[in-house]
Amino acid sequence: MSDAPFRILPEITDRNRPFWTAGRDGVLRFQRCQQCGYWIHPHGPMCPQCLAKDIAYEAVSGRATVHTFTVNEQAWMPVPELPFVLAIVAFPEQDGLRLTTVITGCAVDDVFIGMPVTVAFEAHEDEEIWLPMFTPEVAR
Amino acid sequence: MTKPEHLTVISGVGQSDVGRRLFRDPLELTLDACVAAIEDAGLTTADIDGISTYPGPGGQPPGFSGAGAVEVHDALRLNLGWWSGGIERPSQLGAVVDACLAVAFGLARHVLCFRSVFEGSAQGQGGRAAVMPGGGSGRSVPRASGFQEWVLPFGAPSAAPWIALMAQRHFHEFGTTPEQLGQIAVNARRNAALNPQAIYTDTMTIDDYLASRVISSPLRLFDCDVPCDGGTAVIVSHVDTIPDLRKAPVRIEALGTALYGRPSWDQFDDLTTMGLRDAATQMWSRTDMKPSDVDVAEMYDGFSFIALCWLEAMGFCGKGEAGAFLEGGRNIAIDGGVLPLNTNGGQLSSGRLHGFGFMHEACVQLWGEGGARQVAGDPEVAVACAGGGPMGGAFLLTRSR
Repeated sequence: MSDAPFRILPEITDRNRPFWTAGRDGVLRFQRCQQCGYWIHPHGPMCPQCLAKDIAYEAVSGRATVHTFTVNEQAWMPVPELPFVLAIVAFPEQDGLRLTTVITGCAVDDVFIGMPVTVAFEAHEDEEIWLPMFTPEVAR
Repeated sequence: MTKPEHLTVISGVGQSDVGRRLFRDPLELTLDACVAAIEDAGLTTADIDGISTYPGPGGQPPGFSGAGAVEVHDALRLNLGWWSGGIERPSQLGAVVDACLAVAFGLARHVLCFRSVFEGSAQGQGGRAAVMPGGGSGRSVPRASGFQEWVLPFGAPSAAPWIALMAQRHFHEFGTTPEQLGQIAVNARRNAALNPQAIYTDTMTIDDYLASRVISSPLRLFDCDVPCDGGTAVIVSHVDTIPDLRKAPVRIEALGTALYGRPSWDQFDDLTTMGLRDAATQMWSRTDMKPSDVDVAEMYDGFSFIALCWLEAMGFCGKGEAGAFLEGGRNIAIDGGVLPLNTNGGQLSSGRLHGFGFMHEACVQLWGEGGARQVAGDPEVAVACAGGGPMGGAFLLTRSR
């Protein structure tokens, strides 16, 4: 029995499965156009830049910076911790490539814009889903 | 060639009873607003040959839609040359944009546009969580898909934290302060006290604002609008029908619907302005008027920060300068401000009528019907706009001369 916290999990499809299962081996992956190299997020069937359908999931470094964040105090739904830090993190692999996520592994007051973070997956192994959360780089 | 906007006018507006929790039939509230608008225009149901509404019928979240186009069509036994209802459009006021297009195109001459909600009653005593996925328990919720795939797994089902992310970025880039942002909420409350339809009218000082609990930093409780019950309706008519109307209509000088960036809450290029920038830019490109010509602004405040964004997007102040513009609140006050803002109390204090309230109030002000909250000096030019995040719809309205 998994001790994973309650989350509303993503609906898994053939297209998004590589993203949500990437944490199985601890490596974050996004779709990437194999023709022009453009990173595609959210996932799609076609490259928005060159319209090629030759797309594959590729690993990114897992490093990112906090583009913006909020300390959420309101209980909208069951969450493991309250307050928690919701953030949009930006990846160095491509300008504008971002992910909305949760910052873990530090006090909520310690998060700042520009903070270097790295992926830290929250495993939901029973469901074969790994949620990409992020944690301060210095804390690892 | 006549500009398409100049083929269309706003001939009447109407509103139902508005309250925190009315526990009334939502279709009845919707029809109350529709009939009030038709009568305001001096028309009858036989004259109405078009319907346009946001977001269409029923569905989620609870209370989000009081009625769809089909229900109102049949309830009033209308004969329609054109009709439309739906949620994928440049803000709630996109429904009014579509009505203008239909009228300019000759498919209809008098289009009844409406938006109604009963989110207050739907929420009941359960608080905001009651209208979140799964009624706050989350337990019976299906898997997240679509845009929700990217926020629900991270515990963020509400627009409050999404907008908070944008506000925080604005604070970071431009030094905007809670005291400056709070002026939007304080101003709305001050104006609501002058509006008999308003929900919250108790005095709010900036200290009261700063003492309100944090929902999702930097947004506080008083940065969030209030769920309510009520309906609003607007009639868009062809300019050729002016002789048939009860009063000189409000003219449409320009409108804006653009979204040049990605339609996304987290991938949009500039989170400090969002899609509002594009709608406003397009609106100004369709007129010779300037921001300095505007006498009163009714701008979406589902969260106070969205109204701040609109101030910059509309060019009422420079990019990043809304904080300074709002300092002390004098610039946006009804009484002597350079740009009276949300004169009816906005959604923050008069209820989340969801976009249409701004169009209603802009017309009320241009008709001089604002009563205690009427902006002095017979305002001639108003802005009405709605939407936040990756969607915006904007109108520049003028009084008939």
